[in-house]
Amino acid sequence: MLILFGLPLAQVLLFGFAITNDITNAHIAILDHSRDDVTREITHKMLSSHYFLLTNYLHSDDEIQAAFQKGDVKEVLVFESDFARKLEKEGAAHVQIILDATNPNTASILDAYTKGIINSYVSQKMKQTASIPISIGIQNKMLYNPQVKSVYMFVPGVITILLMLVSAMMTSISIAREKELGTMEALLVSPIKPAIIIIGKVVPYMVLSFVDLIAILLMSVFVFGMPIQGSLALLLAESLLFLIMSLALGILISTVSKTQQQALLLSMFALLLPTILLSGFIFPIANMPLILQYISNIMPSRWFIIILKSIMLKGVGIIYFWKETLIIFFMCIFFIGLSIKKFSIRLEE
Amino acid sequence: MRTIAYILQKEFIQIFRDKSLLPIIFIVPVLQLLVLSYAATFEINNIRFVVVDHDHSTESRQLIDKFAGSVFYTDVGQPSNYKAANQAIKRGVADQILVIEAGFEKHLLINHHATIQLITNAINGSAASLMNAYAISIINDFNNEIIIQKYPGQFKGMPVRITSSFWYNPELNYITYMVPGILVLLVTIIAMFLSSMNIVKEKEIGTIEQLNVTPISKFEFIAGKLIPFWIIAMVDLLIGLLLARFVFGIVVVGNTFLLLFVASVYLILVLGFGLLVSTLTQTMQQAMFISWFFLMIFILMSGLFTPIESMPVWAQQLNVINPVAYFIKINRMIMLKGSGFADIQWNFYIISIYAVLMLGFATLRYRKRA
Repeated sequence: MLILFGLPLAQVLLFGFAITNDITNAHIAILDHSRDDVTREITHKMLSSHYFLLTNYLHSDDEIQAAFQKGDVKEVLVFESDFARKLEKEGAAHVQIILDATNPNTASILDAYTKGIINSYVSQKMKQTASIPISIGIQNKMLYNPQVKSVYMFVPGVITILLMLVSAMMTSISIAREKELGTMEALLVSPIKPAIIIIGKVVPYMVLSFVDLIAILLMSVFVFGMPIQGSLALLLAESLLFLIMSLALGILISTVSKTQQQALLLSMFALLLPTILLSGFIFPIANMPLILQYISNIMPSRWFIIILKSIMLKGVGIIYFWKETLIIFFMCIFFIGLSIKKFSIRLEE
Repeated sequence: MRTIAYILQKEFIQIFRDKSLLPIIFIVPVLQLLVLSYAATFEINNIRFVVVDHDHSTESRQLIDKFAGSVFYTDVGQPSNYKAANQAIKRGVADQILVIEAGFEKHLLINHHATIQLITNAINGSAASLMNAYAISIINDFNNEIIIQKYPGQFKGMPVRITSSFWYNPELNYITYMVPGILVLLVTIIAMFLSSMNIVKEKEIGTIEQLNVTPISKFEFIAGKLIPFWIIAMVDLLIGLLLARFVFGIVVVGNTFLLLFVASVYLILVLGFGLLVSTLTQTMQQAMFISWFFLMIFILMSGLFTPIESMPVWAQQLNVINPVAYFIKINRMIMLKGSGFADIQWNFYIISIYAVLMLGFATLRYRKRA
């Protein structure tokens, strides 16, 4: 019970609140060889943006390395000596940004922020004083996710994992359990048809995962303010298709494995890990090595995540993802066919 | 001491006899390191962009060339209107749109100010911020070039020259960042999995009763259980370090012995945690779910995938009890930045205290009783 409802909800909460890449309050140290009005003004500009938090002022170049090695400082800003005077007399002064690039993404984003702040300060200054530079204004528009929230990226993934987990993993384990305990044989010799037995085993999980799906959707809409731009009916229909596919996959796993532990390991390694890693849930597929990109093509979750994002965030209709839908549909038929074949062979023995 | 030696012998025989356990102990971690390191990347190097150029001027073409020439960008088409470009994003074949209005060149050269529009698919928020940062820096470069071109002599670019240097990872390689973290993940999973399954397995099979009637003391029992797993996890860590060196070309900048020393204390902590779970549960399935639950939260919050500083304050405070977070931080500091003991000492003390506590609880909880 805890796993069926607690885990998914905990996951959404964790992903929604804690797992973000947004950068705020990065620790910064400043090495100011000049200490004049201009450098103080730039420093002030930097600190009044909510991106940076001053850790301390450094006094010599040697301290930079130590500051990084201590751990928290992510960026050191170095002003050359006589900064203001050089700026005025020679029209050029030099500021150096040194970044802790162990995390390359944080480093590039901080670099861009810093440059942006300094440049905007300089252009303001120049407008005040003299000559007219040519400037290009940039109008930024963040499509589908104007506040750049991470939840938008993660919720479709969590829904997918959850449907996979509850439907495929739980069915495969529960059927394998009946096999292990020997109760499956008892059911099979009863006058109930095998197909009915399977359907009877599968339907409760289907209902459960559907309830879970709705709980997550409600949570993402009301707690995280995530939109459902497209048609809700279409969303539910596609989810149902994906659900049937996962169930078929679960049955297939259970026909292949003999014990609970086997079924668990199989679904863990064959389903859960690839679903998290290779489906584009957290890590964009386009940046992976080619081999992994090819492998990701056979992950049903990859296609379903595309569908979910299209409906929920882009709000487009089925014309835009009929291909993905078709792929899932064929996977579904393939798994059902294969498990029927496996199942009948077992019965003949 | 003799007694401990016997228990050790028993544990090792038991581990190496189980043929299904061996691949999990030695092959899975290697695969994990290889696949995870390559797959877990937020690096962006292939931004598919479309340009809607209403201006068709020399300047606009130069700007477009600048984008196309960047290693980060791939030009996937120049549709004639905004609608078509928007379709490309909807269909998922483009990530970013650049719209250059008619009169761009004229505005730029006569009015000294022109505007362009940058539209980014922001469903993946972190990727979008990066794409945005790249685009803005390209446009700013372009801006400076024109200034130098049009006002030669008078203007030597922006008066404040900014240079950036990226320390410890100048090529901004994401794998360099991930490998130390994944190493921690891998030894943690192995140590946790082995130790949490262990006592409970003896309970399930019933062999714990036999151990209970022997004259082995509590401490000998726990030590005997702990040492084999500790050795296995250390071997795994060494294999991982070798892979990092020879497959990924990551040289440990700091002191390798310091790293191994911290790792040995950290492993005692994880093993203690696992044994505690094992003494508290009745069946293997219970033990498995409990350790998975904790591992998942520890790992997601550890800063392995997303930086801890980005998390809300309550999550950061929660991380005080997260052993994985400490060791990932230490490992990255030693391996990539070459931090010494003085830099990591506080983190190290916390791990040590934590280890003693966990081991103490596990020993306390384990009772010789039926």
